[in-house]
Amino acid sequence: MTPLMGCLLLSALLFAIGLAGALVRRNAILVLIGIELMLNAANLNFIAFWRYGPHPEALTGMMFVVFSIGVAAAEAAVGLALIISLYRHIKSVNIDEVNSMSG
Amino acid sequence: MLFTIFAILTLAGAAAAMSLRNLVHSVLALIVAFGGLAVVYLLLGAQFVGFAQVLVYIGAVAILIVFAILLTRSADTASSSIGGSWVAGGVTALAVFGVLAWAISHSSASHGAAMPQPEASMQQIGDALMLRFALPLEMIGLLLTAALIGAVTIASREKRGPR
Repeated sequence: MTPLMGCLLLSALLFAIGLAGALVRRNAILVLIGIELMLNAANLNFIAFWRYGPHPEALTGMMFVVFSIGVAAAEAAVGLALIISLYRHIKSVNIDEVNSMSG
Repeated sequence: MLFTIFAILTLAGAAAAMSLRNLVHSVLALIVAFGGLAVVYLLLGAQFVGFAQVLVYIGAVAILIVFAILLTRSADTASSSIGGSWVAGGVTALAVFGVLAWAISHSSASHGAAMPQPEASMQQIGDALMLRFALPLEMIGLLLTAALIGAVTIASREKRGPR
């Protein structure tokens, strides 16, 4: 098994764990944690292909990960603000109870 | 060898974060997973990204999630249980992993020769950020400002009374 394959398999497993958590858990905060894990799996793929790819001196993979971490931080801030706003509305963070559009 | 240890640590942390019942324990396991991933970045020669991972994910995102858990008082309620559709979710995740693993093991890209460790000094990263990636850097600054204002607006709307 080459090192690149190890990285890619780790990333795929991390993505699958995050996806399972985001699909199975009913708490909105845990769904957000699952999405963060999936984003981290994508970042690991970028770093692995930067490290073992043909032109690492161009730094494109690393720069993409830096910007991706910035976008993930913004996503976490807005997502948690939405969850807090949701909790004020229905006094729950269970996503099964968020089934009306009338506010 | 070191890579295997930290890969297992990362996966164990992620699995624990997704399966523990108490949400605070969940976030602690998530911090373990993020830390293991940061060490994997360091092993791959991406020092800057590794430390950015520690600062942003462990330092900011995990703390933000803890704040959200405490503000919504959902650490020990029954709402953190596993829903009824867990078989469908698990089967979907397993199928996605199966497809990904099949593609990885059959791809010609993952059988390439081992490359020497590329060097990414701080000076190269700074040059790239200030010259070639200057426009994306400005846009990420704009996006973070907009997200900051948006998050504060969304989270504090109810205090001004009924709409």
